Amino acid sequence: MVQRHFILRVTTKLLMPFILLFALYVQFHGDFGPGGGFQAGVIFGAGFVLYALIYGVEAAEKVAPPGVIRVIMTLGLLLFVGVGYFGLFLGGAFLDYNVLAHDPVHGQHLGITLVELGVGITVAATMITIFLSFAGRNRT
Amino acid sequence: MAVGILRLHNLLAVVMLSGIYSLISACLFVTLDAVDVAFTEASVGGGIATVLMLATLGLTTDREKTGKGNLRLVPLAVVTITGAALIYGTLDMPLFGDPTAPIQQHVAPRYIEESPRATGIPNIVTSVLASYRGYDTMGELTVIFTAGIGVVLIMAGRRRRED
Repeated sequence: MVQRHFILRVTTKLLMPFILLFALYVQFHGDFGPGGGFQAGVIFGAGFVLYALIYGVEAAEKVAPPGVIRVIMTLGLLLFVGVGYFGLFLGGAFLDYNVLAHDPVHGQHLGITLVELGVGITVAATMITIFLSFAGRNRT
Repeated sequence: MAVGILRLHNLLAVVMLSGIYSLISACLFVTLDAVDVAFTEASVGGGIATVLMLATLGLTTDREKTGKGNLRLVPLAVVTITGAALIYGTLDMPLFGDPTAPIQQHVAPRYIEESPRATGIPNIVTSVLASYRGYDTMGELTVIFTAGIGVVLIMAGRRRRED
């Protein structure tokens, strides 16, 4: 592929780590500042979409093969529901985080963190999947 | 801007205008102190949705098919009646920011007072979304997941048929 859009490529390469890091910050700092799983997942997905726009879909699919992304997409939802059932097996109600740790407060914190992680994973993977299936269509 | 979106027939310009609209409303959310909503609006509305629209235009065409210019009366009447009913419904709502409104009296005080102690998380939005309203969030996640599955199925099926 011919090297086009030199400025865009360099800027994207510079911005990429900060976008992904900011997504992780929004994910794991969401219990103290604004943000949470959905926002983090969307920012992560947007960063990935930016990469695919500048460097081409082939390069993006090398980073994230669509099959792997689809598996990750299900893993996030499974994590959410799994936390719910885990509470059920430990003697609480479905999605009851109080029983996850010895202290109800710690249990709540742990449950919320895990659930938000599940949300973030699924949202990011879904955004990437939707974009890749659209962008990969007019390739021969 | 909405009038511009309606009047334009070049769909590329329409997509760009709606992206700008998303960014402006993200700024609006920031001034309303809803930073997390602003994040979402900026990255989904301004970023991903715009890119997806552009990808769709790349697959189809960027010119709108112009139909016959006759005025359709039945849809206009339905829209007018629905809008009037909605405005009528807002008349007996409490005033904006009224401290005695039901929304301020019901569970909101409990969330504000108890949730930092009960969950150990200072951000009330996060604790309400993930813990008090865990089922809702699970449903939303399932909706997103189902949307992704649907897109994958539709697109993959089309590609196979063309080969």
